[in-house]
Amino acid sequence: MSRFLKVAALSVGAALALSQPLQAGSFGLGTPASPEEIAGWDIDVRPDGAGLPEGRGTVAEGEAIFTEQCAVCHGDFGEGAGRWPVLAGGQDTLTSEAPVKTIGSYWPYLSTVYDYIHRAMPYGNAQSLSADETYAVVAYLLYLNDIVDDEEFELSKENFSSVRLPNEGGFIDDGRPDTPLASEEPPCMSECKAEVKITKRARIIDVTPEEDGEVSGMAVD
Amino acid sequence: MSRSSKSHDGPANPSRRGLLKAGIAGAGLVAGAGLARAAGGDPANLPPNVADWSRYLGPGVDAAPYGMPSEHEAQVVRRSVEWLTASRESSINFTPLHELDGIITPNGLCFERHHGGVAEMNPTDYRLMINGLVDKPLIFTLDDLKRFPRVNRLYFLECAANSGMEWRGAQLNGCQFTHGMVHCVMYTGVPLKYLLEEAGLKTNAKWIMPEGGDAAGMNRSVPIEKALDDCLVAFKMNGEALRPEQGYPARLVVPGWEGNMWVKWLRRIEVGDMPWHAREETSKYTDLLEGGKARRFTWVMDAKSVITSPSPQAPILHAKGATVLTGLAWSGNGRITRVDVTLDGGENWHEARIDGPSLPKALHRFYFEFDWDGSELLLQSRAHDETGYVQPTKDALRAVRGTNSIYHNNGIQTWYVKADGGVENVEIS
Repeated sequence: MSRFLKVAALSVGAALALSQPLQAGSFGLGTPASPEEIAGWDIDVRPDGAGLPEGRGTVAEGEAIFTEQCAVCHGDFGEGAGRWPVLAGGQDTLTSEAPVKTIGSYWPYLSTVYDYIHRAMPYGNAQSLSADETYAVVAYLLYLNDIVDDEEFELSKENFSSVRLPNEGGFIDDGRPDTPLASEEPPCMSECKAEVKITKRARIIDVTPEEDGEVSGMAVD
Repeated sequence: MSRSSKSHDGPANPSRRGLLKAGIAGAGLVAGAGLARAAGGDPANLPPNVADWSRYLGPGVDAAPYGMPSEHEAQVVRRSVEWLTASRESSINFTPLHELDGIITPNGLCFERHHGGVAEMNPTDYRLMINGLVDKPLIFTLDDLKRFPRVNRLYFLECAANSGMEWRGAQLNGCQFTHGMVHCVMYTGVPLKYLLEEAGLKTNAKWIMPEGGDAAGMNRSVPIEKALDDCLVAFKMNGEALRPEQGYPARLVVPGWEGNMWVKWLRRIEVGDMPWHAREETSKYTDLLEGGKARRFTWVMDAKSVITSPSPQAPILHAKGATVLTGLAWSGNGRITRVDVTLDGGENWHEARIDGPSLPKALHRFYFEFDWDGSELLLQSRAHDETGYVQPTKDALRAVRGTNSIYHNNGIQTWYVKADGGVENVEIS
């Protein structure tokens, strides 16, 4: 290699050496999110009231909005049309064969109602309700669930956190594993049973989808 | 097996044709194709004759710029159960597990679960915002995400409601329907830790709330320990861009935890000091127990397995003799260490052969080859994971949880193989 080429190669090497491996936390990527940008997307509401916007709405106002925009799926009284979710009633059903899990019977926090309605409802036109309209619909759902009984009741940012739902205490931590580990109960490998009997058959219930015909069975949503 | 076949109280065996029709309900085309193959095919294509495809040129390159499966595999598709949900946009369909092998799910067969339909985002307008308890709230473009160091990880994703329809008893005839809310692909993405550290976590940061850009604004609470451990923001699956129905252009990957938390079309992550108690972690995805109390934040998917063939949609179409039993096992707590299978309803168990990679929080493929004597079988599989967890029976789960839980049914599945090869979903004593 000539002296000239050697010098040229060295100078390119020196320039490349300025690029260094990156360390986490120092990538310098992304752009600062402005307060306006955050405000447009930061829509979540927590049980302690964090995230609630200014606003207010009454049961009566909520009824009008609900009737127009929600009742087609949820029924006039939150009873649910077809397979759409039931929103009201269901008290004392959680231990039954067919629990009805509604805002009044199951949901632990009112903030979830506000958060979900504003972010995801009306179905197919999400984030279209104003803060006042959302407060009003939430107030109406409290009324349908007999948690407030006054049509003039007004829900607002100020009184929101004072409303508690009946099943707030109905939730416990994950209790798993709740079946024996191998160390506690080594699995049997041979001559484990004296008799085997078929106890349940899908053919008898038979709700597997066919090419034609409606079937019904236990639904999961 | 002889004892079980004598003691069961089922009806007299219907005809083979009727059995196959019932066994392959919802997949009628399979029966036709399968039986045709079993019957031996067209003599013109069989030795000593020479088939047309051996004589004449076939389609050239670019006949299909994006290749599709053979037309003879048209039955291998996702299927749904219409009565499960009120609308198609907030619904579910199922991976055809009975048609697949190995541990990778093809992208187009990964089951779908949407709450507000597929968000049809364009990558240029994609933004991921990180705000809340961070030093500097940031917005990333998709190109920004692709400038972070990325990793490749194989993980299963299982819906917490997989097998949820079976809590009260055998209901659906086919592992596609009983177990098909699971898939397993190779994700390419950025460790979430890098993104959070770029924004700078405040000392009181304890939870994150990933939120989707779909019309449901899907949001969940994830503890910061998990977020900093193995979560990813993924933009590729099996080497190519995420499919729209899987969250294109970017989704959250929460290894081993219930699929609902793997927020698709990820648009924002808020950092906070307490959980949000969103609708999907209160009204839904909580496990109602017999006494009326419900477990919440039941994130991990416990060890589970299912025999994918034989199964109701994959009956035995050959005579007695050499038979391959195969299935899938997985655990949200790590690797599968062992899978046991029984042919006689649990009187005797055999250790199955796990083949292919054994990776934590990924599907494992197992096989058990046996010489079928042509008599009835009651098939089950039982998974063990590296934490010492053993897949329980459905009755064991019911004994501790009742039948109203909907979610987290990882009980042992039983398939009843009849003498003519038809297979039915049953439960046994």
